[in-house]
Amino acid sequence: MTNRSRLPFYIAVLLLIATGISLAIWRHIELGIPWLTGEQRPVWMVEARVDFDATNESVLASLKVPGQPPGFRLLSEQAASPGYGFSIIEKSGNRRAEWTKRSVSGPQTLYFKAQFVPDTTAKSVLPITTPETRRVFWEEPQATAVREILERARERSSTPESMTRELIRLMQPDTRTQNTTLLVAEENYLELLVDMLNHSGIPARTADGLKLEDARRRQSLMTFLQIYDGQQWLTFDPQSAEQGVPENLLLWREGSASLLDVVGGDNSEVSFSMLRQTVPALQLATMQFESTGLGFLSFYELPIEEQSMFRMLLLLPLGALVVAFMRIVIGVRTSGTFMPVLIAVAFVQTTLVPGLIAFLAVVAIGLLMRGYLSSLNLLLVSRISALIILVIFITAGLSIIGYQMGFNTGMTVTFFPMVIIAWTIERMSILWEEEGGREVLVQGTGSLFVAICAYLLMSAPLAGHLTFNFPELHLAILGLILLMGQYTGYKLSELKRFTPMKVYD
Amino acid sequence: MDWISPRRLNRLGMLNMNRRNVDYIARYNERSSYPFVDNKLKTKLAVAEYGVKTPKLLQVVRQQHEISHFREMAEGLEGFAIKPAKGSGGKGITVITGRDNEEYIKASSARVDAPYLERHLTNILAGLYSLAGTPDVAIVENLVESAPSLARYSFQGVPDIRIVVFQGYPVMAMLRLATTASDGKANLHQGAVGVGLDIGSGKSLNAVQYNRPITLHPDTGLALENIEIEAWGEMLEMASRCYEATGLGYMGVDLVVDATEGPLLLELNARPGLAIQMANGRGLLPRLRSIESLKRLHFTPQERADFAMRTFAAL
Repeated sequence: MTNRSRLPFYIAVLLLIATGISLAIWRHIELGIPWLTGEQRPVWMVEARVDFDATNESVLASLKVPGQPPGFRLLSEQAASPGYGFSIIEKSGNRRAEWTKRSVSGPQTLYFKAQFVPDTTAKSVLPITTPETRRVFWEEPQATAVREILERARERSSTPESMTRELIRLMQPDTRTQNTTLLVAEENYLELLVDMLNHSGIPARTADGLKLEDARRRQSLMTFLQIYDGQQWLTFDPQSAEQGVPENLLLWREGSASLLDVVGGDNSEVSFSMLRQTVPALQLATMQFESTGLGFLSFYELPIEEQSMFRMLLLLPLGALVVAFMRIVIGVRTSGTFMPVLIAVAFVQTTLVPGLIAFLAVVAIGLLMRGYLSSLNLLLVSRISALIILVIFITAGLSIIGYQMGFNTGMTVTFFPMVIIAWTIERMSILWEEEGGREVLVQGTGSLFVAICAYLLMSAPLAGHLTFNFPELHLAILGLILLMGQYTGYKLSELKRFTPMKVYD
Repeated sequence: MDWISPRRLNRLGMLNMNRRNVDYIARYNERSSYPFVDNKLKTKLAVAEYGVKTPKLLQVVRQQHEISHFREMAEGLEGFAIKPAKGSGGKGITVITGRDNEEYIKASSARVDAPYLERHLTNILAGLYSLAGTPDVAIVENLVESAPSLARYSFQGVPDIRIVVFQGYPVMAMLRLATTASDGKANLHQGAVGVGLDIGSGKSLNAVQYNRPITLHPDTGLALENIEIEAWGEMLEMASRCYEATGLGYMGVDLVVDATEGPLLLELNARPGLAIQMANGRGLLPRLRSIESLKRLHFTPQERADFAMRTFAAL
């Protein structure tokens, strides 16, 4: 007599379900595996074009390329430039694309292509050491002017950010005083800003950003101001003093690194074109786990053959869930516990209507032949064995006839598990002899009904997608099945069966 | 469609399939006790030690070659029953009631020849009727001659009495009468009539066929209202004794009343059906719970039967 407390059981079930769902959510967030099929994600394809005139000597062209710009994730990169050696050099957080060639002359064009995915969670790399400010030596009378402007900006501000904003405002043409006019010329404005901020003890630098607009060509970079607030680099628009990286702005170059260096060439220039593409979210996710090393958690690492097998296998728990629900909660009578699941699996491969016709045909012909076998007075084991061989004959026959008549469906009959069909026929015929045709009809239609329900669930694209990409959800299914095993309430069919009890109430 | 609400069923204390499986069968029936009930031969031997009578065993057919002895043994017999030891729900039971030269007459008055019976024995040995499809043995028993007072209610079959025994207490009982629809068998889902019996007195309460209330037997046309089982207390005590014999906490005990030998145990069932509640017009749950809430269980079968008659009487 086991009257143990069921609390540990319920806690275990709850843990199972919670683990399954939270793992799935974690993987969705971390790897970006989409919940739905066919979900599309925007991807920006940016192409940098480097032009220069080679001067008939060895060429080294070095272009600054972004590694992890804030708000984006680098998906792929490649270079197109015939005859050039190419590599990406990474040195202390500074990534550069380098093209090299022994001897070239004439106008040259080099291309660098990269794909970026917008990702609000992506943060730029934080500097390891606090950037130092650069002391600048000013000559009089600039020194006085700078001191005065900085003084005014400092008075009106409290933090490095507000100080920067104030300074930018003071330097604008409409608010300029005599002092600023003395300092500012159009060409040195940004440089001056950086110098003044550094002078006041705020580390500052410039950054180049690219405004992403679909199908733009020959775009150039826009320069932004960045200051260091003690923790991270903050970006400011140097004209409007607006803080933050605007949406769709890709920071291509940050810090003091030069954008382009060409050795062995003149008149070099960089221009950008870009294109907004959409890529299935799932493809995007799979491309990413190759790079993040989280791929070992997914089935995509397996050979394709195994993958397709698992696609099928992972649907089985859904079928089991349907059978458990139908039998425990609804109370549908089926012949055999999990025969409906196996029939449903066969339906998934044959599709419903041809599968149904084929199944009914095989079972009907098999039942007729079983009638003859039973009159032969054979032992059970040899009768079942004979039946299996007969079932193979029947399916082979149906396949050939179907093929000759031009139906492909004949071929798919072979997906039915032979032993299961043989047993079905055997059980059905025994049932027929003992309980009559009515019971055969009840259990047969019950089995087919459950099989069709399981098929409908298993063949839904979303079901296939979720079970394959979030295998951890099976823990939740397991939890649900265990919970159903504890269901002691009335089945739906019992509410009908016990109806005559109304009289006694 | 006509439905009954779960709330009304709860009020009636109706035991349902899921609760029976989880709260009673799984909790009170030890797996190790199942062979006693799943094998009629073991049942016979186990209950005999506790003074529970069963129909006389004529022959046990264990091997294919023993079937040849069957014909010799059956030669001198008028009636007998062939049963698979591990059969369930009356499957594979063939009852022979008489002889006509070389032919045997089944309970349904169909005539069969000896090869038919031998084939049947072969099927039983191969495990066609056994619960898990495993090889089985066939037992041949003396034919039960039903007591005439009850036999007249049943059509072509022996009426039996199903008693649900919980922890040794008989909690609910019904009389099962064969009909044309049930083909001489006493299984309710095959169309047999179930007559609820008052545990206190052994008198009929009401009757159902296919879960529908009826008042007359569909074949014999006899009224089912005033049936009274003789030696009721003795039968309850007999059912109660099967608890000691098998150790099963929740089971169905099937008894027959033989014209000469009195009450005999036909078989035990570790998963008795729920239709007994419909025949009685009462749910099992209140009775099962009242036994579960007992501080101390009664020690002897006699005391338990008395307690049940006092407590569960319909009044």
